[in-house]
Amino acid sequence: MPTLGEVLDEKEICICAGSGGVGKTTTSAAIAVGMASRGLKVCVLTIDPAKRLADSLGMEELGNEARQVDPALFERQGVEMKGELWAMMLDPKQTFDELIARQAPDEESRDRVLENRIYQQISNALAGSQEYMAMEKLFELHTEGEFDLLVLDTPPTRNALDFLDAPKRLTQFIEGRSLKVFMKPTGLAAKVAGRGASVALSVFKRIVGFDLIADLAEFFNAFSGMVDGFQARAKRVNKLLSDPGTCFLVVCGPQGEPIDEAVYFHRKLVEAKLPFGGVIVNKVHYPAEQLRGDAVEDLPAALTEKLGDADLAQRVAANFADYQALAERDARNIEHLASELRTQSVIRVPYLDEDVHDLAGLAEIDRYLFATSEERVEMAAGRA
Amino acid sequence: MIVTGKGGVGKTTVAVALGMRAAAAGKRTIVCEVASQENASRMFEHTEVGFHEVEMEENLWSISIDPDESMREYVLLQLKVRAMRDMLFRSRIFGYLAAATPGLKELVTIGKIWELAQLDRKVKKGRKYDLVIVDAPATGHGIGFLQTPRTFANIARVGPIHSQAQRLDSFITDHDQTGTAIVALPEEMPVNESAALERDLRDEVGVAVDRVYLNALYPERFSKEECERLGKLAEGERGAVRAAARAAVSEHERARSQRAQLARLRRRVKAPVKTLPFLFEPELGPEAARRLSRRLG
Repeated sequence: MPTLGEVLDEKEICICAGSGGVGKTTTSAAIAVGMASRGLKVCVLTIDPAKRLADSLGMEELGNEARQVDPALFERQGVEMKGELWAMMLDPKQTFDELIARQAPDEESRDRVLENRIYQQISNALAGSQEYMAMEKLFELHTEGEFDLLVLDTPPTRNALDFLDAPKRLTQFIEGRSLKVFMKPTGLAAKVAGRGASVALSVFKRIVGFDLIADLAEFFNAFSGMVDGFQARAKRVNKLLSDPGTCFLVVCGPQGEPIDEAVYFHRKLVEAKLPFGGVIVNKVHYPAEQLRGDAVEDLPAALTEKLGDADLAQRVAANFADYQALAERDARNIEHLASELRTQSVIRVPYLDEDVHDLAGLAEIDRYLFATSEERVEMAAGRA
Repeated sequence: MIVTGKGGVGKTTVAVALGMRAAAAGKRTIVCEVASQENASRMFEHTEVGFHEVEMEENLWSISIDPDESMREYVLLQLKVRAMRDMLFRSRIFGYLAAATPGLKELVTIGKIWELAQLDRKVKKGRKYDLVIVDAPATGHGIGFLQTPRTFANIARVGPIHSQAQRLDSFITDHDQTGTAIVALPEEMPVNESAALERDLRDEVGVAVDRVYLNALYPERFSKEECERLGKLAEGERGAVRAAARAAVSEHERARSQRAQLARLRRRVKAPVKTLPFLFEPELGPEAARRLSRRLG
């Protein structure tokens, strides 16, 4: 069973995917720290508006440009840093604007798009545009070739898959240029297309108002010169995602729901023929037998004997029983996950006493992420 | 009541518990999900409810608001003729336009929430609810979701949808009609994010923030002195006694750092903070939600 270091060896892109609230951002940062400390020049990208990554890297804030994390910080935490760690927070709006500037045939068409109200809305708010811009930035950084490894923390979409379809959805949207002919108020095409289309159009107009239709028409008009460029680029992005140099890691938590989503997500990756690298389960309660807690006939009695305090012994035993119940649930869920994914290589990061929000915490996570599964059990047992 | 917060903090559990509490107090209540996740029906151990108002318990209903269905319903209410609506939805151009209009899906979703909250329901045979609880999408998207009506009112300057978007925005920002609850976890970053979320909800959206729920708080089972004793015991022991003593020390550490986060949260948010206990249960079902509902007060 390969370790994470072996999985990521020779990879150029690592994409961490999973549903919200499972520690994806922390995991992405920890992977980036781990690979950088092994000597690579790594850049971690996040799109999370909550600035979590900046927090955990000890940075005030991250911008749309990659910045290097101060090597002295690692030294202070006792982490040997052989390579370089860079980080950036994606600004989808700015990335989109830059993309328009690059694709526009001339300045006039560029400004027409940038100033269009519909464009301003989609570049900010259209579902999928954030995801698309994450892919776009990834592609741009990869093309520039400044880094050995890029680690992407995917956006916290409720549906973990949204970002896979994002490039396709956006180009489909932009291809709506064919609509522009229908949207002219007295368009000949509308008449030719028949009564159905013109009724549909007039009803839509009645509902959303004529202004909006005019803005849409203007938007598609302004965009028309760029559609081919966008399509070509989306194709290259998709090619990059399915390249063997890319690796998707599925991140989840041990509860039923995140596990089900991880299974679903893995299936989608396989269907889309995208390279799956492994699954990471965060905040796992390791079962007692792995923590060398060999069964004792009557734990409360044994504890009472040692502590000389029956009340405390009862509470310790009750607490342990609660822990065990969670550990059993986690073990069941992870077993289910492993069998669904037909893999034995599930990386279990234990539920640590402190929550992780700084470099020391990331380094602690790294010890588990990059270990073999035997070493992980040893470490968890040593802790226990 | 809109229940917000980042992913994985237990929004659905809190939304369902709030619903149970209101229902128990005799209010006809509905819990709405907006991203077709069916987490609430799962929580009730019920089959998927879809775009239907389904009664889960006495006085407590559930619906999963699908934007496409909301759109169909909305257009029907506008046109009043089903055949015309169906013809419209068969038309490719209408589908294109609807998909191409930014924010339209979110807008009709909020429109449906508004419709559920009306005393005089628009849909046929619709009965009024005393309380509508929304299990909102995770933050990041959450604020954008609530801002959709205003955004839309700005891009569609005239026409029926402009006035309706404005009406929805006044509905959301009317503190007498609509409130929000933020669900947080007792950890460093979720606390930071909840404070930022409260600020955005108040200042950017203009919605009332009534309460912050700090969810999954560990009980304080051991005192500091007991913890020290257990730590020493763990060092000298092996097997289950050691594992149990170590688990107790871990619990104590967690509970302590969570109390520190609770204090930070109380300092950083304006709304009153209410704590909810961590439930040591493998999977949360209706009984767990009911126990939480009694703690909501």
